[in-house]
Amino acid sequence: MKTFKIGGVHPPENKLSTDRPIEVLAIPAQVIIPLSQSLGAPSVPVVNKGDAVKVGQLIAKGEAFISSNIHSSVSGKVLKIDEAMDQSGYRRQAIFITVEGDEWMEDIDRSAELKKEITLTKEEIVSKVKELGIVGLGGATFPSHVKLMVPTGKKAEVLILNGVECEPYLTADHRLMLEKGEELMVGIKILMKGLDVKRAVIGIENNKLDAIGHLKNIAKDFDGIEVEALKVQYPQGGEKQLIDAVLRRQVPSGKLPIEVGAVVHNVGTAFAVYEAVQKNKPLFERVVTVTGKNVKNPGNFMVRVGTSINELIEKAGGLPEDTGKIVSGGPMMGKALNSVDVPVVKGTSGILLFKEKEARRVDPTNCIRCGKCITVCPMGLEPVLLAQYAELEMWENVEAERALDCIECGSCQYTCPAGRPLLDYIRLGKFRVGQIIRNRSKK
Amino acid sequence: MNDIIIYAVIFLGVVGAASAVILYFIAQKFKVIEDPKIDEVEGALPAANCGGCGFPGCRGFSEALVKSVNEKQSIEGLSCPVGGNDVMAKVAAILGIVAEEKEPQIAVIRCSGSKENAPKKINYDGPATCAFAHNLSSGESGCPYGCLGCGDCVAACKFDAIYMDEVTGLPVVKDNCVACGACVIACPRDIIELRNKGKKDRRIFVSCMNEEKGGIAKKNCSVACIGCSKCFKVCPFEAITMNNNLAYIDYEKCKLCRKCVLECPTGAIHELNFPPRKEKVAEVESNVEPKIEVNKDQSLDTKE
Repeated sequence: MKTFKIGGVHPPENKLSTDRPIEVLAIPAQVIIPLSQSLGAPSVPVVNKGDAVKVGQLIAKGEAFISSNIHSSVSGKVLKIDEAMDQSGYRRQAIFITVEGDEWMEDIDRSAELKKEITLTKEEIVSKVKELGIVGLGGATFPSHVKLMVPTGKKAEVLILNGVECEPYLTADHRLMLEKGEELMVGIKILMKGLDVKRAVIGIENNKLDAIGHLKNIAKDFDGIEVEALKVQYPQGGEKQLIDAVLRRQVPSGKLPIEVGAVVHNVGTAFAVYEAVQKNKPLFERVVTVTGKNVKNPGNFMVRVGTSINELIEKAGGLPEDTGKIVSGGPMMGKALNSVDVPVVKGTSGILLFKEKEARRVDPTNCIRCGKCITVCPMGLEPVLLAQYAELEMWENVEAERALDCIECGSCQYTCPAGRPLLDYIRLGKFRVGQIIRNRSKK
Repeated sequence: MNDIIIYAVIFLGVVGAASAVILYFIAQKFKVIEDPKIDEVEGALPAANCGGCGFPGCRGFSEALVKSVNEKQSIEGLSCPVGGNDVMAKVAAILGIVAEEKEPQIAVIRCSGSKENAPKKINYDGPATCAFAHNLSSGESGCPYGCLGCGDCVAACKFDAIYMDEVTGLPVVKDNCVACGACVIACPRDIIELRNKGKKDRRIFVSCMNEEKGGIAKKNCSVACIGCSKCFKVCPFEAITMNNNLAYIDYEKCKLCRKCVLECPTGAIHELNFPPRKEKVAEVESNVEPKIEVNKDQSLDTKE
């Protein structure tokens, strides 16, 4: 069975909510919609305090090239545009909306019927994806329309769909593939048309046999779509790792996947594209997994963007008593939250509640030079060197050791028997090297 | 036997003499002409090589000084923070000009978010580096402007002039601070500022950097500047400016009248090294940062 060549780890899967169907979460009384929800520049609000908004109405426009539109996830009144704490723990600009009823924009098709026929042209698809604020739902939230615009001189050959969900605990994509298979396929077809490619491959890890079977069945009706079962290995969901696993092509350092003729989209994104293009529905809700070993009722919830994470936890049976850490995202790459009163954004794939004991890091001891971190690094880096250089503030060496190639998957830190904070220092190194490079290009 | 010694001495003597002649001509040919004043100036500098002047070490600074004098007959804008006016006067004497007097400066910590004033809301267990903690989140107290307490400033100090107070969790600047500015650069939150030492070492400053609205700032820290502008209104010398919900006292304009200290509702304005006030003796018992002073025995009890 296929997988990527270099490195990788296999943490305990702990997929506790696999058999829980996607449940629609009740609309909250108030939503807080942050203005920076995708990679790139924050969006610019187009509504004012006191304005009445409907579900799906454009409330903030992405004006920069890498930036995305944001739509209201509820109907009601704009309470204020003010700073609110987001998942980083810092206060950033956000739109507060008080909910009144659930009135949708008229042009959104709310029927459940499957619309197979794609009437839009290539250019229309790209502009639709841009207009309706679709971003990559795998976690990085890269604006999807940018990925659909293939740079001149390059040619996309294969579209790869990321249904790997290699992070332990998370099951949102898994449930989506099981429940919305047909819609997903149409979404893939739309992406294929937008990219002008003839072949698409859905990569799914071998621990989701039901999803593989289900999608293989449906794929018979759709030309050019293949389903590829992959060996379970973290971080297979990384763009470069997935391309390596599926196509056996290696993306050169510092280059984009288009260099080897591939474009990677998440299955969640494909579903959002289906809804946007066929049903005219902007991206304002997503599937979020709420899970943890102590959680009473772990599950997958369809939730409106801007809903407080607290409501999600309440729905899953409340905050367990000995919760030590709340993580947004998966356990490997997710980020610990400062507070539960922060909103769900487009990139929130899961909420993870760790027990006090699981949450504690071990005290780091000295490096024993075992080289495990080097063995598991999927990018072929030497995490131990990078971390040491960063700790000693030798930024030139950090750069020379290709720190910017690091995908921050955390395999090194996960596998380190001495419990050293490798990734933390690499992140610091990446940040500083990034600054240095930017300053250099200014001069 | 004697022959061997004689030949060896003669031979080596000739080789040595020939080499000396060659070396003499090479040295003449590739002579580096350097202003002897550079060496003299370097001798007068403290040789701490701290970089506080903005040049790479004391040698670099002496070169810059001599160059500046040769070019524009002044050393305006160049000064050694470590040596202060004494050293600069010596340097000026060597260079044959008159140095301008500069007010001595010291670093001040503009945060009072001690463990008591800004209690922990979350636990940070990552590497003990402020630079990393700052990138990761808003900090344990939730104040995105406050001190993170990991001690990057202590690590940066080459003069052992700053240390972390175990009780408050905040850095404290000692009197031997030379204002080289290394800690100012090291702090990712720009909490440390170089201010004039002031008359008799007396200083007044706003010990807060929080630009959030009053209510939010107060939620995280009981001694935050809430931007109420009371000090701004009471200051008779227009030394205080208000910017983004934060007061700032200009040390050039401040006449140390201490009116703002009394006016501040949260106690964010600190006075240092003043004699106790007559009317309110109780409050100013210990005149060094009264707001964060904690009884050491007490805090030890709570730790246990």
